[in-house]
Formats: sequence, structure tokens, C-alpha cells
Amino acid sequence: MAGPAVLRCTGLRKRFGDLQAVDDLGFHIAEGETYGLLGPNGAGKTTSISMIAGILARDAGEILLDGTPLTAASVGPKAGIGYVPQELAIYPDLSGAENLAFFARLYGMSRGEARRRVAEVLETVGLADRAKDRAKHYSGGMKRRLNIAVGMLHRPRLLILDEPTAGVDPQSRNAILESVGRLAGGGMAVLYTTHYMEEAERLCDRVGIIDAGSLRAEGTQRELVALVEERDRVALGAGGDLAAAAAALAEIPGVERADRREDGLELALDDARDRLPEILRVAAKAGAAVRSVSVTEPDLETVFLHLTGRALRDRA
Amino acid sequence: MRAALLITAKDLRQRTRDLSLPMYALLLPLALAFVFDLTMGAASGGERFRYVVADADGGPAAARFVDAVLRPVERAGVIELRTARTAEEARRIVDEGDAAAAFVVPAGFSAQVAAGRAAELRVIGSAESTTGTQVARSLATSYAAEVRAVRLAVAVAAGGRPDPAEARDLAARAAAVPAPVAVEDRTAANRQLSVGTYMAAGMAVFFLFFTVQFGVTGLLEERAHGTMPRLLAAPIRPVAVLAGKMLTSVLVGLASMAVLVTATTLLLGASWGDPLGVALLVAAGVLAATGIMAILAAVARTPEQASGWQAAVAVSLGALGGAFFPVAQIGGIVAALGLLTPHHWFMRGLADLAGGAGPAAALPAAGAMLLFAAATGGPALLLLGRTLRA
Repeated sequence: MAGPAVLRCTGLRKRFGDLQAVDDLGFHIAEGETYGLLGPNGAGKTTSISMIAGILARDAGEILLDGTPLTAASVGPKAGIGYVPQELAIYPDLSGAENLAFFARLYGMSRGEARRRVAEVLETVGLADRAKDRAKHYSGGMKRRLNIAVGMLHRPRLLILDEPTAGVDPQSRNAILESVGRLAGGGMAVLYTTHYMEEAERLCDRVGIIDAGSLRAEGTQRELVALVEERDRVALGAGGDLAAAAAALAEIPGVERADRREDGLELALDDARDRLPEILRVAAKAGAAVRSVSVTEPDLETVFLHLTGRALRDRA
Repeated sequence: MRAALLITAKDLRQRTRDLSLPMYALLLPLALAFVFDLTMGAASGGERFRYVVADADGGPAAARFVDAVLRPVERAGVIELRTARTAEEARRIVDEGDAAAAFVVPAGFSAQVAAGRAAELRVIGSAESTTGTQVARSLATSYAAEVRAVRLAVAVAAGGRPDPAEARDLAARAAAVPAPVAVEDRTAANRQLSVGTYMAAGMAVFFLFFTVQFGVTGLLEERAHGTMPRLLAAPIRPVAVLAGKMLTSVLVGLASMAVLVTATTLLLGASWGDPLGVALLVAAGVLAATGIMAILAAVARTPEQASGWQAAVAVSLGALGGAFFPVAQIGGIVAALGLLTPHHWFMRGLADLAGGAGPAAALPAAGAMLLFAAATGGPALLLLGRTLRA
């Protein structure tokens, strides 16, 4: 990470009537970095990326793409952006190859260059053998892949993906996530919006948590978890002398709390995975017979709950 | 401009795969023009009424009827005239369907007219060609009005003998006509489209309004398909999207009209007139249709809503403008309302070209249609442009 900033947004604002959809939003994305905007539906994700993609005029703020100011009226700078809308944005009566060729030409490629690039991208998204079929005959997952292929066709500096896995079956979802991972590996900056916590955790180098149009926090997953001061939790299913075991475990450095439960013990601590062998050894030595172990680490869902007072999916 | 052309090329590719375009642009107008042409008794090449005249008199009054009334109409291309030696032969020709009606001038006709006594001119019409019989009756009546003493008798072949009551009535009406009726008005005849041409032109301009909507309604379809945000995110000016859609409308309109003019000329024997004049009218008509359909697309929210409104407007304007029949002949408010439709001016422009007039004859009608185009296309561009600006 930590290449030069491809995208830098500061003070973005957008109001629709009485609704302040985006309020003083700012973040940056470096070359090769995948940045996730995580938030429930209605949080302002799509409005934010519509302004960044130049589809929607903003009320205030600044957007710089590789240092060049970007507005809804910009033409040339938009060539540096690839945009994958949440809804399928392809022409059902055209074939996959024709869809791609149209957008390739619209982004300024010559006929020959477009032909070559279309073939490459079809191969990348696994649609080469269905290139001549009309898009309306594709499966849902294939349409999604074609939708993403259009966005990356012209090798943009910044690829914006607006919830690309919404309504997709698990298999296609996995394929899409793998594709996005490869794109970022190729040096492209990726802005990824989602309300799926697992996707943000899997794909994103940094995550911005957005709610009610405002960025509540941002950072790596570890930084965000540290921000809310949540501890890992270890639950031991155990019998034997649980009282002695709880007392012994509480003495381990880094263990904040060790409580006896009806069917075992529960610990709150830092770095649970690293301390697990010691925990099991101390528990056994104190007379506890451990039958099962489960480790729960705080995740972005926990962070979101902490920051907004509600779960990610409450409004999803 | 490059982006607009790319969008137009994409739209045309999509439209050629959609059967509705060839349906509205070619098949329906051709089929309906053919059907209307047939049902109005003037199928391809048959718009002239065929008559037979049997002159048993041979006198000057009979000769005047044939030479001064029938022959000029024949020369104008409205009728075909042949002669029979006897009234029986004329009747047989009508019975066999070889003529729409027969004019029978009995022996002594000229002498009766010269003496100022009642003379009888008989029209034997075919029951299967009511229009042809009516036209024949009108021709005879016009002569009867000129020569007030002539008593006109009319018989319909399928009905057997002439109806004495009707004959008396016609004779009375003929005598009551205050002044002779001109049979031939060369100016009027020259501005009259044949039935085949009228129906071909009417159907072409009627369906033109359905054809051009495929372009402008495409803006709403881009929204419905979710592709509009993607177009707006591309490195092109939003106006290129609008220009591409308008260009699609104009191109499909011009192409469909060109094909229809050619096809109806070859298949239905339509005579459109001076090619340059027709081209002027077609171009102006396409722009007017595009403007009107565009303003409807600009205020509609969905492609379905736009199509519904466009169909209603296209049918209403077509009916008022005389795409199906010459409503101007009705007169009154209907004819006045017809002036507010591009269809009326298109048909009038073609009528102005009829009879060999040059392209300049089409300029007034083309100018009127361009006014429609400006009055609707301008506001439509402003409204549609506003929807593209975020």
C-alpha cells in the first residue's frame, strides 16, 4: 500500500431536499489499495460514489483524481475512472463482446485496440466462450461478471464498485471477490462499497464506516477494532474444578477477565489466538477438563454496532 | 460528435434486432396502405374508373356530352372511356364487370334538346362499384345542369330496370340547378392525389411517428436498463447522449420513409411527385415527428408511459391530419384542427407536388412542418438536457 494517492476527496456534501445524503465526507485511496465504504443501505454510499464518478453534481467539496480536480462536467479525467453500478448496466440485446466493444470505443479506444482488449477482458472474467451470445441469455452471475468487465475494460486508475455482489449467488459472489482482489493486485485503486461486513474484511486494505452520510471512522480492520476497545473472547467447554481454573487463568498477562459459566469458562483478553496454548495448559493444570474451545474476535460488525448503536443489517 | 455517432450506431444495432422497428417502419404501413387501397376500390394501377358510352343519337348534343364532359376527364386520367354500338352492348359490358357504368344516349336526344323538350340521358351503373356509379352520375348530372332540359335516368345494372321515381327525382334536381357545373377544374385535378398515392403517403406519415419514437424513447430505456449512469460516467459530454438518440430517430425516420416511398411506388403504383420536393417534405416531416415524440419522451417517467402517450398522440394527429382520409373535405372545426398537424402539411405538400410541379411547390408545406419541429424539438432538447445534468 502507501503509494501515491489516486483519489482524494475532501468535504463532500450533497443534499436532496430535506435529506443531507452526504455530509463532509473525506478519504483518500492510494495506488494498489482497496478501500471499502461500509455502511447500511441509505447510508450515503451510492450518493458518494456517484459524485466521485462524475454522475452527480456535489453541493460542496473537492475530488482529485491523480491530483486533477474532477466535477460532473469533467470529460477527459473521467477516462481514469471505471464505474460498476449496483444495478446491471448492460444492453441485453447486444452480445457480451458487443457490450464491451461499445464501451471500449466510448472510452476512446480505436477499433483494433478495442477488439484486442475485449478479447482479453472476456478471458479474464471467464466469458470468452459466450462472447457472441446476447447478454439477455446469460445467467445472473455471468451478467454480473460482464457488468464488472465493462468497468475495468479501459484499465482505469480508479475502479469504483457499488455493491457488485448484491443479489448474487454464493458461487458467483466468490468469483467476483476473487476478480476484485486480482485487480487491486495489479496496481489499480479500488473503491468498494458494501453492506456485507465479510466482504469488506476479505477485500479491503482500509475501511471507512459510513452512516447517515458521514464517515464515522476509517482505518485497517485492526485499527478500527482497536478503536472500539473490544476484547477477544474465548469460551471453554469444560468440567472439573472450574473455580480453580478461573482463578489461575485470570493471572495470565493480557487476560482481562476469566469467569465461570454453567458449562465451562469464558475469558476476555487480547490476542486470543496467540495465547490459546497457554490458556489450555493453565486450565488443565488447575484441574479443568476442557472439551471444546471457541474464539470470538471483534469484527467490523462489532465496530459498526459500537459506532452507530445498531447492527449493519438493521437497515440492510 | 464521435460519441453521438457511437451511441447511434449502438442503438441502430439494437433496433435492428428488435422486430418492432421493421414492423412499424415498413411492414404495417405497407400492408395497411395496400389494404386501404384495395378497399377503396383503387388497387394498384386501378384507380381510374372505366366507363362505356353508347351513342344511339349521333347528334351535336350527344357529341358535346362525350367531347366536352367525358373526354376531358379521361385526359385528366380520372376515367377510361370506351364506346359501345348499342345500349344492350353497353349494359352487357357493365354486367360483365368490364366497366363501372355505362352512359346511354338514346336516338333523338339532340333533337329533343334542340327543341327544348325533355331529353333522357341514361346511366347504367354496376352494383359492385358504387363509387364508380356515383362518379358517373355526377358527370351526367353536371351535363344535365348545363342543358337544363335533359332528364337524367339512372339505373343500376344489378337492380334491373331503372327506377322511374329516382329518374324523375334526378331530372327535377337537374332542372333546379341554377348554373352549369364545371366538370373539369384543371387546377384542382392536378392537386388531387390518386387513392393509391394518398393511402401510401398517409400510412407512411402516420407510422413515421411510431418509427421515430424508437430513438428518443431510448433515453428512458437507458435509464430503465441502468445504463444511463454508465454513459454519464464515461468521458463524453452528456449532450452527446442526447444527440445520439435524436440522430437515431432522424435516421430511422428517413430510412423508413425512403423505403416506403420506393416500395409503394413499385408495389402500389403510388406517384409521389418530384423527388427533390418529396425529399424536402420527408426531411421536414421526420424532424417534426422527432420533435413531437421527443417532447413526450421528455415529460414521461418511463418508456412504457412515453410509448402510451406517443401512440395516443400519433393516432390523434394522424386522424386529424388526414392520414386515413381527407378530413379537409369535412370542413368546419375538424378541417381547422387538421391544420395543427404535421400530417396535414405533409399530405398537402404532396398534393401541391402532384401534376408535375417542381420542388418549390413543396416549400410552404415543408416550412410549416419545420415550424412544428422547432416549436416542439427546441423545448424537448432543453427538457431532456436538464434530465441528463446531475
